[in-house]
Amino acid sequence: MAAQILTGNQTAALAAKLCRVQVVAAYPITPQSKIPEVLSEYVERGELQAEFVRVESEHSAMGVCISASLVGARAFTATAANGLAYMHEQLHWAAGARVPIVMPVTNRGLGAPWTILNDMQDSIAQRDTGWMQLYCQNNQEILDQIILGYKVAERLLVPVMVCFDGFRLSHTMMPVDVPDQEAVDAFLPPFTPPYQLDPERPININPVVMTDPLPGSDGRLHPGYMGIRRRLQEALESAVDVIAEEGRIFGERFGRSYEHPIIEYQLDDAEIVFVTMGSLGSEASEACDLLREQGIRAGVASLRVFRPFPKQAVRDSLCRAPRLAVVEKAISYGLEGALATEIKAALYGLNDRQPIVANYIVGLGGKDVKPSDLCDIARQALTFGRHEDAPSHAIWFSNEI
Amino acid sequence: MPTALMDLPEKEYILPGTRTCAGCGLPIAYRHILKALGPKTIVTLPACCLTILHGMYPKTPVLVNAVNNVFGGTAASASGLAAGLKALGKDDYVVLAMAGDGGTFDMGIQALSGAAERQTNFIYVCYDNEAYMNTGVQRSSATPSGAITTTTPVRPKEQPKKDFIQIMEAHHPAYLATTCSSYPMDLYDKFSKARHIQGTRFIHLTVPCPAGWGFPTRETIKIGRLAVETGVIVLYEVENGVFRLTGKSLSLAKTRRKRPVEDYLKRQARFKKMTPEQMEAFQKEVDARWETLLARAGF
Repeated sequence: MAAQILTGNQTAALAAKLCRVQVVAAYPITPQSKIPEVLSEYVERGELQAEFVRVESEHSAMGVCISASLVGARAFTATAANGLAYMHEQLHWAAGARVPIVMPVTNRGLGAPWTILNDMQDSIAQRDTGWMQLYCQNNQEILDQIILGYKVAERLLVPVMVCFDGFRLSHTMMPVDVPDQEAVDAFLPPFTPPYQLDPERPININPVVMTDPLPGSDGRLHPGYMGIRRRLQEALESAVDVIAEEGRIFGERFGRSYEHPIIEYQLDDAEIVFVTMGSLGSEASEACDLLREQGIRAGVASLRVFRPFPKQAVRDSLCRAPRLAVVEKAISYGLEGALATEIKAALYGLNDRQPIVANYIVGLGGKDVKPSDLCDIARQALTFGRHEDAPSHAIWFSNEI
Repeated sequence: MPTALMDLPEKEYILPGTRTCAGCGLPIAYRHILKALGPKTIVTLPACCLTILHGMYPKTPVLVNAVNNVFGGTAASASGLAAGLKALGKDDYVVLAMAGDGGTFDMGIQALSGAAERQTNFIYVCYDNEAYMNTGVQRSSATPSGAITTTTPVRPKEQPKKDFIQIMEAHHPAYLATTCSSYPMDLYDKFSKARHIQGTRFIHLTVPCPAGWGFPTRETIKIGRLAVETGVIVLYEVENGVFRLTGKSLSLAKTRRKRPVEDYLKRQARFKKMTPEQMEAFQKEVDARWETLLARAGF
């Protein structure tokens, strides 16, 4: 194992190489462009044995990955923002086809109007496509979660997005511990799909399916559309435990455990807890230290796993805190941040132990979020003495018009 | 040397009992395509009439592996199959992308243009029934002028058919051909040839549709032949940049006995609202194209 100083994008490309991806579909979009660029160098120099397909769109990028995966190749692509939105149809198709693709998403705001800078609206908007979603606080987590992502995806046959903040991580250099190829190979064996394309036993993959189960030529009943959908949901429900199990094994092999879906900081005695995702988790930890110097007992719960939603872990982490400030870089228009909604839903039924939840929308389109801003948020959230005091809508944390 | 009927492979890759409409030209063509390409074909297809032919889970009448994909993504799916197979060292499969005119001329053009420009190693077939037939005869950019569809129900389509074959030729494919399901041997020979060529191969396949075109189901072969005999459809191939008329179109070029387009148009309900002036304009359009292709073939 050796430390290297890498940007988030370089890290993602290196992780794909360590995973020995066999087909790369490459299409550039800011701030992700460096990922396919670095991978193309690996392939052209012969450092990575992969088919490198320079596609003409993100819609096609995912189409290439799906079919490559269906014939048994480990497939990889990366995208962001409107590119991810353009893939939307294919994202549903990938999850429905149960192909274990891993795709970094360098989170970027969605047009219109245009921005190239960071928020999480792009990936949060793809929440319901059936993909797993892992979020990264730093570049080390990008590397580790791509490797972990393939392991989990191939076990469950569900695709994974590894999301990290555009520019804030994609273009920021940090030390990253890079494991040896042998160690990665030992953790992540070659992909073997559950079926082979056999001319003697041909199959029709993703055909028209009726609503109700129908008998096959073997006389056995085969599921209808709803049964197939239920199986995807069951795979995602079981993914909470599979991610924890593989995350623990990852920790034994590489010294960095990913067993717990939430990165916790100073939670034990916290009177106010920041609940967040991605690089905001690092900033919230800074704010937490500042607040504690001022005598305010703050804590941080940063979700690493958003889909499957780790409902029980959220309950266990947050039920002791009297107040939560759910701080997020995306909004579900017409209500509040999606993370806030899900946190509230997870806490439903805790009765008298239910924390007071305030929701803050921050950092859209790259708007800077300083630790001092988060301190202001905490101080405001502390003034909400009863559930009724917290606004029923999201609070926009921005001092401009 | 054209293949003789007796020399067609006996092996069938489509079992009786497909779910296509009665009289559909597609299973005739598909049957011969698969005979030409053999069991190691992997077909990829979008939502289209071919999806219907392939049947419903958990049964299929087709004896080659098939990968269904989204409407606009057939060539991307085929690119993924080609890349995946190459990465795994499986070099003895034939990747066949097969989509209708909607999934090719319209929504699929981006992915197909991209794949053709990359010279992806696959055969792409557009089976053209000249409208969105799978969803109930809506106009496509392949619909000829003068045709009634369910989205041009009162005033027939005004614009001429998109010249998609020229668009594809501008991509410099390794092999390009036109064919028609009414001439299964011409079709068989072209796919047999395409199979052994590397790179992007594009085949435009005309498939008469009794439901959408409005003719009796027993006349499918006849209508397709009339399309060729009137010069509405011209059978040819382009290999290494060399243009050649084939089959019936070649003999028409030699004998100069092209029939009037009226013989073709009058047998189809979709053209029932065409005025004599529109038919004349249609005839002129067909004649102009025919003369251009004859000149290209050296006649």
